[in-house]
Amino acid sequence: MDSGMNTSSHLKAQARCPLQRSYLPKKTSKENWDRFIPNRSAMDFDYAHYALTEGRNEKDQATKVSTSPSREAYRKQLAETMNLNRSRILAFRNKPQAPVGSLHKLHSVSWLDQQPKPLKPRRYIPQTWERMLDVPDIGDNFYLNLLDWGSANVLAIALDHTVYLWDASTGSASELMSVDEEKGPVTSINWALDGCNLAVGLDNSEVQIWDCVTKRKLRTLKGGHQERVGSLAWNSHILTTGGMDGKVINNDVRARSHVVQSYRGHTLEVCGLKWSGSGQYLASGGNDNVVHVWDRSSSTQWLHRLEEHTSAVKALAWCPFQTNLLATGGGDGDRMIKFWNTSTGACLNSVETGSQVCSLIWSKNERELLSSHGFTENQLTLWKYPSMVKMAELTGHTSRVLYMAQSPDGCTVASAAADETLRFWNVFGVPDKAKKAAVKAVPVPFSNVTRIR
Amino acid sequence: MASKTAAAKDIITLHGSAAIVSEFFCYAANSILYNRAVYPEESFVKVKKYGLPMLLIEDESVKSFMSNLTSQISEWLEAGKLQRVVLVIMSKATGEVLERWNFRIETDDEVVEKGVSREKCDKEIMREIQAIMRQVASSVTYLPCLDETCVFDVLAYTDTDVAVPFTWVESDPKLIANPQMVKLHGFDTKIHKVDTLVSYKNDEWDEEE
Repeated sequence: MDSGMNTSSHLKAQARCPLQRSYLPKKTSKENWDRFIPNRSAMDFDYAHYALTEGRNEKDQATKVSTSPSREAYRKQLAETMNLNRSRILAFRNKPQAPVGSLHKLHSVSWLDQQPKPLKPRRYIPQTWERMLDVPDIGDNFYLNLLDWGSANVLAIALDHTVYLWDASTGSASELMSVDEEKGPVTSINWALDGCNLAVGLDNSEVQIWDCVTKRKLRTLKGGHQERVGSLAWNSHILTTGGMDGKVINNDVRARSHVVQSYRGHTLEVCGLKWSGSGQYLASGGNDNVVHVWDRSSSTQWLHRLEEHTSAVKALAWCPFQTNLLATGGGDGDRMIKFWNTSTGACLNSVETGSQVCSLIWSKNERELLSSHGFTENQLTLWKYPSMVKMAELTGHTSRVLYMAQSPDGCTVASAAADETLRFWNVFGVPDKAKKAAVKAVPVPFSNVTRIR
Repeated sequence: MASKTAAAKDIITLHGSAAIVSEFFCYAANSILYNRAVYPEESFVKVKKYGLPMLLIEDESVKSFMSNLTSQISEWLEAGKLQRVVLVIMSKATGEVLERWNFRIETDDEVVEKGVSREKCDKEIMREIQAIMRQVASSVTYLPCLDETCVFDVLAYTDTDVAVPFTWVESDPKLIANPQMVKLHGFDTKIHKVDTLVSYKNDEWDEEE
């Protein structure tokens, strides 16, 4: 998977037309001639013919995605690795009952009746952002989580000491709150499932809970952590907080003594925290390169400790269409996306991406995964799952894309980077065609730059 | 599918061959479950197939599992994407893999791409399958006893570009460390060639002798 793009500056040209580069068959690379003389016996004419004609066809069709050359290159690589007899191992989801009357833990039965879907026509993925907003003072800290999009269709973003709200249906921005100097900058924000309560984690280890409808602070959680709270995750009335001290704490926000449970296992900052869709499992990723999966019903011992990443794991995402599938992304020294079966703890797949993975989002409508990256391209990559073919690479940010959030209707993704811009991409579909028509199409003209402050 | 021609050979199409192989797999799996006592004897019922008394399990959940399996295998075979099917027997308590029945499948690509058909005598295919079934039944003599309650699972090795239906998940290969392997007979429909191999965990008792 050769998207290793950490060499030179004319890489963009290469990325646009890799077909010309990768067409040179590897077998002749040893011969150092300045004129390319093909070695006919070593060439694969069938594939060459396919590659040439397919490329031409795709340029004619206007509806095809313009990043198809990079996809073709990837497809070629995939075909090569397939010759090495790499096959995919599948097991049937709904296991039969165990003998002697005792019941196995069956996987979700609801998927059983579904037939494999017929191939849909490929949709058009816009290559440029829908809208861009200025977000000054956002800072460049990898370990924080400063962006979240709530179910009431309001986006919250923390800029230094202040939290702003942006209503996606009206396009209006407002300031929610600002903390004092001593309490430090805001280090994490997370919407509760109802879309009106917002948890705000601070540098001084406190967590504030705000009601965003009335713009009032409801509560401050103190005493749980000793250092900054870099990650938050809600699970109905439980707010899980992850701190620089490596602790993961479950707080019951209704109770006076809010600390319900404390998970120990991370030795460095907990930068990624996500509850599974069922609310039964919690995935935590830390600066110690370890991912832990915690079971809500068990005590403080972790269910799985996944140590395969070689860099901080901030990007975590539970798959919405396949239970117990977790995707994790490694930081600068690792650059891999790994897939895990959390019922067994097995690593199902490891994909090299060539750039630090800052965050991951699964599509709610299709079987796709979106990852955001840093140096050098600062791109958002859309992968088809499970083949992990790149469907699109969205560039535009000029600095690493640290934060991503998905709209409640599942069609749009907002990305914020250290270049102080917040961009919106309709990568998962067009809002008009969304099945859940909760969001109306924003009536602002295309590529309008508006300020939040 | 099979038409009586003047010669003894019958015409076999891709569809027919896929049906033969997936049906074979269903009966072979049932036979393995019976012979290895994964499920109690009472839950099986006798039917006549391949000229032998074959046993099929009655349990609804296993039956539906098998039928989903065979239809999906049949589909993959017709697309030429299936490389092998593995029936894994694991201990229920520890989840350790005790036995692995490996059915390797070689597909004639020309048939998949061009849709030609082949000729082979139906009876001969039946004979070959019969031989395999007999071997499976007799395997109980050398395979180690499965004393504890066991469960089974089926893994499918497919090409990487296959579209995975909702009902299938990715899995690890569930291999056995240091297995003993026994190669059984295979059969060939001229379109699909199936080889059978059983690998099992070394029984410590036998080693001590």
